This record gives sequence, C-alpha cells and structure tokens, in this order.
Amino acid sequence: MLIKRLTDANGLPGFECEVREIIKEEIKPYVDEMYTDRMGNLIAVKNKNKAGRHIALSAHMDEVGLCVSHIDKDGYIRFHSWGVDARILPAKIVRIGKDRVVGVTGTKAIHLQDPEERTKALPVDKLYIDIGAESKEEAEKLVEPGDFVAFDSEYVEFGNKVKAKALDDRAGCLAIIEMLKSDYPHKLTACFVVQEEVGLRGSIISAYQIDADLVLNLEGTIAADTMSIKEHQTVNIQGDGPSISMIDRTSIYLKKYIDALTEVADKNGIPYQFRRSQMGGTDAANYHVAHGGTPVVGLAVPCRYIHSPVSIVDKRDLENFLKLTQKFVFAYGNGEIL
Amino acid sequence: MNEKLLKDMCQAFGPSGSECEIRAIIEAEIKNYVDEVTTDVLGNLIARKKADAPKMMLAGHMDQIGFLISHIDEKGYLKFANIGGFSEYALFNQRVKFKNGTIGVIRSERVENMKADFNMEKLYIDIAASSKEEAEKKVKIGDTCVYCNETYVDDNIIMTPALDDRIGCYIMIEAAKKLKNPVYDTYFVFTVQEEIGLKGARASGYTVDPDYAISFDVTGSFDTPNALKFPSKMGDGAAIKIKDNSLICSPDVVNFMEKVAKDNNIPYQFEILTIGGTDSGAIQMTKGGVKAGVVSVPSRYIHSDNEMCSVKDVENCVELTVKILETRIS
Amino acid sequence: MVTTKEFLISLCNSTGVAGFEFQQTAGLVSDAFREFCDEVWTDTLGNVIGHKKGKGKFSVLFSAHMDEIGLMVSGYEKGGFLRFTPIGGYDQRSLVAQEVYVHGKEDVYGIIGVKPPHITTAEEAKKAHKIEDMAVDTGLDDEKLKELVRIGDVITLKREVVELRNESIAGKALDDRAGIAALYQCMKDLHKTDCDIDVYYVASTQEEIGAKGALTAVYELKPDIAIALDVCHGLTPDVAEPKGKKMGGGPVISRGINIHPRVFESLVKTAKDHYIPFQKEVLPGPSGTDAMTMQIAGAGTASGVISFPLKYMHTSVEVMKMKDIMLTSKLISNYVLDLCGKDLEEMLCL
Repeated sequence: MLIKRLTDANGLPGFECEVREIIKEEIKPYVDEMYTDRMGNLIAVKNKNKAGRHIALSAHMDEVGLCVSHIDKDGYIRFHSWGVDARILPAKIVRIGKDRVVGVTGTKAIHLQDPEERTKALPVDKLYIDIGAESKEEAEKLVEPGDFVAFDSEYVEFGNKVKAKALDDRAGCLAIIEMLKSDYPHKLTACFVVQEEVGLRGSIISAYQIDADLVLNLEGTIAADTMSIKEHQTVNIQGDGPSISMIDRTSIYLKKYIDALTEVADKNGIPYQFRRSQMGGTDAANYHVAHGGTPVVGLAVPCRYIHSPVSIVDKRDLENFLKLTQKFVFAYGNGEIL
Repeated sequence: MNEKLLKDMCQAFGPSGSECEIRAIIEAEIKNYVDEVTTDVLGNLIARKKADAPKMMLAGHMDQIGFLISHIDEKGYLKFANIGGFSEYALFNQRVKFKNGTIGVIRSERVENMKADFNMEKLYIDIAASSKEEAEKKVKIGDTCVYCNETYVDDNIIMTPALDDRIGCYIMIEAAKKLKNPVYDTYFVFTVQEEIGLKGARASGYTVDPDYAISFDVTGSFDTPNALKFPSKMGDGAAIKIKDNSLICSPDVVNFMEKVAKDNNIPYQFEILTIGGTDSGAIQMTKGGVKAGVVSVPSRYIHSDNEMCSVKDVENCVELTVKILETRIS
Repeated sequence: MVTTKEFLISLCNSTGVAGFEFQQTAGLVSDAFREFCDEVWTDTLGNVIGHKKGKGKFSVLFSAHMDEIGLMVSGYEKGGFLRFTPIGGYDQRSLVAQEVYVHGKEDVYGIIGVKPPHITTAEEAKKAHKIEDMAVDTGLDDEKLKELVRIGDVITLKREVVELRNESIAGKALDDRAGIAALYQCMKDLHKTDCDIDVYYVASTQEEIGAKGALTAVYELKPDIAIALDVCHGLTPDVAEPKGKKMGGGPVISRGINIHPRVFESLVKTAKDHYIPFQKEVLPGPSGTDAMTMQIAGAGTASGVISFPLKYMHTSVEVMKMKDIMLTSKLISNYVLDLCGKDLEEMLCL
C-alpha cells in the first residue's frame, strides 16, 4: 500500500531522499518531466504542452524528528528537535541516519525522581539516545553529529483509523501522486517540497520555479477532537471530512477560492469542514507571494496527535481528501469553477 | 430493608479495638441462622454454616473510625489521636460520643486560616468540663469516641455515621438469613480493626484458612459534581471490586461474581480505587494465598458522619451474596 | 529448547501485568521450566514454581517476578476513548504518544494521544502531561468498544524488544523477566547435576504491587534460603554511583535489612571462588524486591537479593545486557553447587 510505504520511509528536513525516491518511482510513468532542484524539491509536470488552465499541487515530503547534536563520552547521543514537543520523546524507539541505527530515548527511572520532578516536562537538553554503545569511539563509528533521527513507528490500521508517523504530510504527497495517476487532460505541475517543518523553506524556491494559475496546497492538519480538549479548541473533528483552510499563521486564503472548493464538494456530496484555528503555517504562504502573487487554496486531512510518532487519520477523511482534490482539480481544469 | 437492625448497628459504639457492643448485636442477630458462632482472641466474630464443601470466607468489618483521647489539659479540654483515616476538615464542629454516653464536640478556636487551624495540633474535644478533675470523671486517657449523628433511612437512601462498614456486616447478616442451599462451608466473619490496617482479617483469615474469600465494604461513589473519573456510582448496583490499593482481586473470583450477577439479573457494576483497602487485601495473602474478591456498596462522603448509600444497592448486594453462596465457583 | 536470549525476548513481548500474569507470561514460563525441572506447578496466586528435587537435606529458593507494570481500563469516554489507571509505578511522562494493546475480549489496539503543540501554551509545555488527563484512542465506535472492552481490562504498551549494541536488549518488562531468564539458564546448567539440596525456581506474581506472590509461595514451600533476583539501576548520564551500577559489571550482591548476613557473605564467597565478576549494593531500607516479603513469610527465611543493572526502569525501553544475566545465572548455579554438602545451621549461624 502506497500510504504505508510513504509513511514508513524516513524523510527528516534536509534528508527527504527516501521519500523522494518512492515518489519518483511511482509517478514516473505519468509525467512528462521531473527534476530535483538544488534543495531537494521534486518538481514534476504532467501534460507539459497543453494550453489552458495550469494548476500546481504542492505537498511537503519532510517530517518532524530529531537531529544528532553531540555524542558524549560514554556513547550517549544528544540531539536537537525539529518541530517536536519534547514531552512526546521519553521512552521511544528511534532510528538514526540512513542506516537506521536503533536507539532508545532513556529517562531517569521513576524510583530515582522526587515527586516534583515527575510533574515537569523534560526539556530536550535533558534527554539522550542510548544505542547500547559503551564509548564515544564506538558510537562515532555508527552515528555522526548532523545525522537525522526518525521515530520507529510503523503504519497500522485500526478501527476506522490509520496510525503512522509523518501522515503530515505524506497524506498530501499521496493525494498528488493519485492525481498524477489520473487521466487529467490539462497541464498540471506537482511540487513535492522539502523542509516545510523547519520554516517553510523548500517552497520558497519551488514557488519560484513554477508558473501556475492556481496552487492547491495539500497538508496534514490538526484534529484535537480528543478527551479533555474543549470543543472550541478541537480545530478539526475527525470523520467530518477534509479541512479547508481560511487562515493560519502565514496566510489568509481568499474567499473566492474557498467558495470554489466548497462548491465542488457540495456538488459531489463530499463532506468537508473549515479549519477552526489561526495557528500553524503552511507552504501556501510562499506560493501566495511568488511571481507577483498567485492564488492558493489550502486543503488538509485532519490528523490527531500530529507531530508525534503516532499521528492518526480517519480512513474516511483520507478517502474524501483524495476525492475532493481530484474533483476540484478537474473542475478547475475544465473551467467549471473560477 | 430491616430498618431497625440497620439503625441499631449504625448507632452501636465500636471504634477499632472496642467492638464489643456491635459484636453483641450481630451475634444475637445471626446465631439462629448458622451452625456455630465463636469469638477469637482479637475479637473477630466467626459464624459458620457448615457444609462438606470448599471453604468460603465472607468478611465485613465491625469497627468504625474514631478518636482516642491522648491528653486532658488543666481546663478539661481533650486532645486526641485518630483511629483510622480522617480529613481534618471533616472533623471541625463534629459531635462525638463516648461509650459511657458522654458527649463532646471537636473544635478549634478562631478559624482564620483553614490550613493552620484545621489540624490535629489545634483541634480539641470539648466535653463541657470545667477542670481536668471534672473531665476525668467522665473520660480517661485512652478512652475512645466516635462520630455522633442520627441514622436516617428512607426508601432510597441511608445516611449515617459508621455506614463503613456496618452496611457490609448488615449485608452478610441478611444474606445468612435468606440463604437456602449454600454450596460452601461458609464462614461469616465479622472482623475487628480493619480501619487501622486489616488486622482482624489477617488473624481470622489464618484461622479459617479458606479456599475463597469475599469481603464486604463501602467504596467511593463517583457521581458528585467534580468527582474523579472512576466507575462506581450510587444506585447503579452491587459493585464488584476489580482493584484498590490493598489488592487486585483474583480475576477468577471477579469473573465468577459477574457471571452470578448476570445469570440472576442482579444489577451490578465494577469498581476501581487507587486509594484505600479492605479485608480481602489481607486475606488474599494468607498462608499459601487465597482467591479473594470484594462486594462493595458505592457510598458518598466515606469517613464522615454523613456517609450515604443507596437502599437498592444494598438489597442488590444481599441478593448477589445469596446467589454467590448458592453457586459453585468453577 | 530455545536460547536464553530468545526465551527472554519472548517473555518481554508477552503480556502479564501484576495480577494478570496468567494472560500470557505464566504459560510461557511454565512451558520453559517444564523442560528442566522435576516438577512444575502453578499455585493459588499464580506463581509458577519449578522444583529440582534433592535429597531433602535443605532447600534454597530463587524468585524472579514475572509480572510487569501496566494500565487498567477505568472508564469510557465518548468518541472511542478509554480512561485508565496505572498498576505499578509509571513515570506519567513516558506514557505520552505510545501505542498500546487493551486486552479485552480481543486485543484492541490504541494510542495514548497528546494535545498538539499548535494549541499548547508555552506555560503548559513546561508541565508533564498528567495521567488523569490521558486516554487511549481506540478508533472504534463507542458501542463496539463497550462490546470488546470492560472496566478492569488491562492495557500494556505495545513494544517488541529491539537489540542494541553489545548484546544489549531494550524493551518492556525486562524488570523482571530478565531474572526469569537467569533462572532458566541456571536450571539448564543444573538439571543434570546431582545435588542433595532441593531447589525451587519461582516465577512470582504481583511483585510490582507489594511482592505478594513471593510471600505466599515461600509460606507454602518453606525454603531455608530464599533469594530474590531482581533489577537495580544501571549507570546513565542522569544516574551515578552509588544509585547506579555498571552495565556489564556482573551481578550486584546486596546487603541490607532484607538480607541475611550469612547469605550475603556466602554469595560473595561463591562469586570470588568461581571468579565471577560482581558488584555490591547497600539496601538500607526495604529492598523493593521479593525478599521484602520472603524474609518474613511463615516463621521467617534467610533471604538474599541479587540484582543486575537495568537502565530506564519502568519504561517501555528498559535496557540491559545479556552478559549480566548470564553472569547472574552463573552465580546462582555455582551457589547451589557450593551449598551442596554444607551444614545449613553452621552456615546460617548468626
């Protein structure tokens, strides 16, 4: 299954290679050209020479995780965090670097803590990874500062849900791949970008390299519809359909395009919801301002426990996310909307 | 509901270590329904209904929480130690009674700071004596007293001091009366000193050496406005304990009790506590180990003078107990 | 016959929370013990006991507890969520973002979730997530969930052992399934030897909630000497001597109020006589092992504690070295052989 392959692959910011290779292999038969730019963005074009409306789709390949900062004298590995709340880190299995060296994130045993300690979050600089090495020299043979560290978390289906790491934004990558595989008759550019999680960096240059009439940015977004979260803080509710962005920390989406998206959804009987938060940022921000301004639409699949090794999407939401993406792109290409 | 019996039991004086009065009431009530009744060295009342079958020990504790007088000052005020667990906040302004009928009230003087003024250091018992000499005519150091409040019973609820655990004893008595075809060699054990560490159960468990044990006690009712999130609630049926701080009930016994409840359409619920303990915690560990469970009555305001439970739950507990004793555990 | 390491891995991956050891772990243990013991049985509290028969001279008992810490379902919440309460001591911070199995009518997979960082305030982020506010997200409809799971069902973290460098293994429940592995290795080594003392190998239950199984097992078996094999803390960046012991440094022989002085001395002597590397530890208070209750079971037992270093105790990524398990096993098997032919009264004389 493609979503499993995509999420089981590791793609930390700057190290998106594994993910990119899977995508290249998948889309090759369906595109006219593709290339990887200097930073690692994969840009592909379908129906290159077709005139008419040109839409671009963008999703990011990178995921949250850690980066090795230092190996201490006893062979323990210290790290930086990329977009991760340090509170999710204790007692996890991690994989370091391309060779996936296995390690665990250790913490002081509860028996040795005073009660006060247990109520405080452990900051990143108090945590470390143990690979079982007995010395710095031994660890250095396997791990180097700068290596990425990914969570060891396999794709699992359960109930109505799917759990995996990196659903933000492999779900978006999946939607673009599926779109490229369809018999879409108009010109389409696909951008699989890097380094979104560390400041929307890849899309700064991908935006510059494309020249589309409209960009559809596809994301994984927050669903906080869980126990002990107040209703107004849920942002999205799983099962209610893909989420349409109105505003976030980096963009305000234009009403005209939001209306076009809901029109397509309504017409096709696809459920959707509006993203009820202004927090978070997406690559849309960079497409918006490129080339003197480009219209952008944002669509996302709601993920519970986003930015953790155990993010969850609802299978029905994922299906409707793919469906709405396709219907919208077709409707736009055919001139039915906008 | 045998209202008179319940009221007599709840009003009987019996803090841990002084269970004579309550024991006498129970003995008189149960003796006609069992084959033999004995009182052991610690004061446990052991009533046996004989059968040539595996031994089942039922345990409910007779003792209640109370206070032990530790000092009488020059002006006749009493200082005290607690018998069993209390919140100091619940003590303030409580009326207490002594075995000889002396009445007192727990007070501190001006209350300015709840934390500072509601503690054992500041609290005292006032028995309206004008001097040490006068006080000593009524109360001696080492005497004990208990909460004093009436026992209220209507069709729905019971509200009383000492519900913990006279209600457990009551359930055992009523079950003994209704029991027709017991399939166990059944020991109804009314234990002493539960509140100070399951002492009576430990000793009587050793003597009885049962194959199975079930104790009867109160548990929390988590249905007040800001209650902790635990399963048991007043009115939802007999509570089958899964665990508390003294034991994890033997899954065999839990499953058996659940099956009996289901098969006989007796409303039941599960119960989990992270604090507190009960007699089965001690009995389970007796000798080579005993398979033990607990039937509980969900109650509000435990260890206060207004402990409250549902009449229906009590009736369901009695019913469940009878059926348990008439069903072989497989 | 499996290797001791393979046996240990299967034990760690199995389910056996305190009070519920019978679910998987006890079965694995009794099957394994049966290969090398004269008789094996399970007692009332679920202890699995293996007996190597002697000539009735006297008896020594080794216990290692097979229970693990876990969670228990304490309620349902709308949307397919389950509340839970811990069994045994968890660091609440180690539960966040973990995968679990709820052992209901069938094993139900779930996630202990976490509030997303985007809606977390900086102030909140400094505080640990509280266990009371956590829930298992099962992804199931409420009705289906109630059908499969009931209050009181136990939950374990989903964790398969991974192997780290230098024959280290990481996983859940190494505390104290590693001790059972040491027992297993010991019975392998001893089962063909002729021995005049009786040896009892006890995989005990409910240690994590008060060393309960060992108490009743020792009451029943009445051994002359009872030694608990359990874990101690290994050295890590945040655990130093004397609390931490060297990983790979061999068994740690303890001394303290739960330990009979002569048992301590004789263990040290065996280690020295057989050139087994060992470490020492002082347990001035309750040892937190089966020895706490074994010492005071029945009319009393001469008890001892041998431990082996474990890192990150009571998390799902406990780490230990096979070397320490093998050395521990070597110590106890040689101890048994050294005891043969000894005069018990003389040896334990205070």
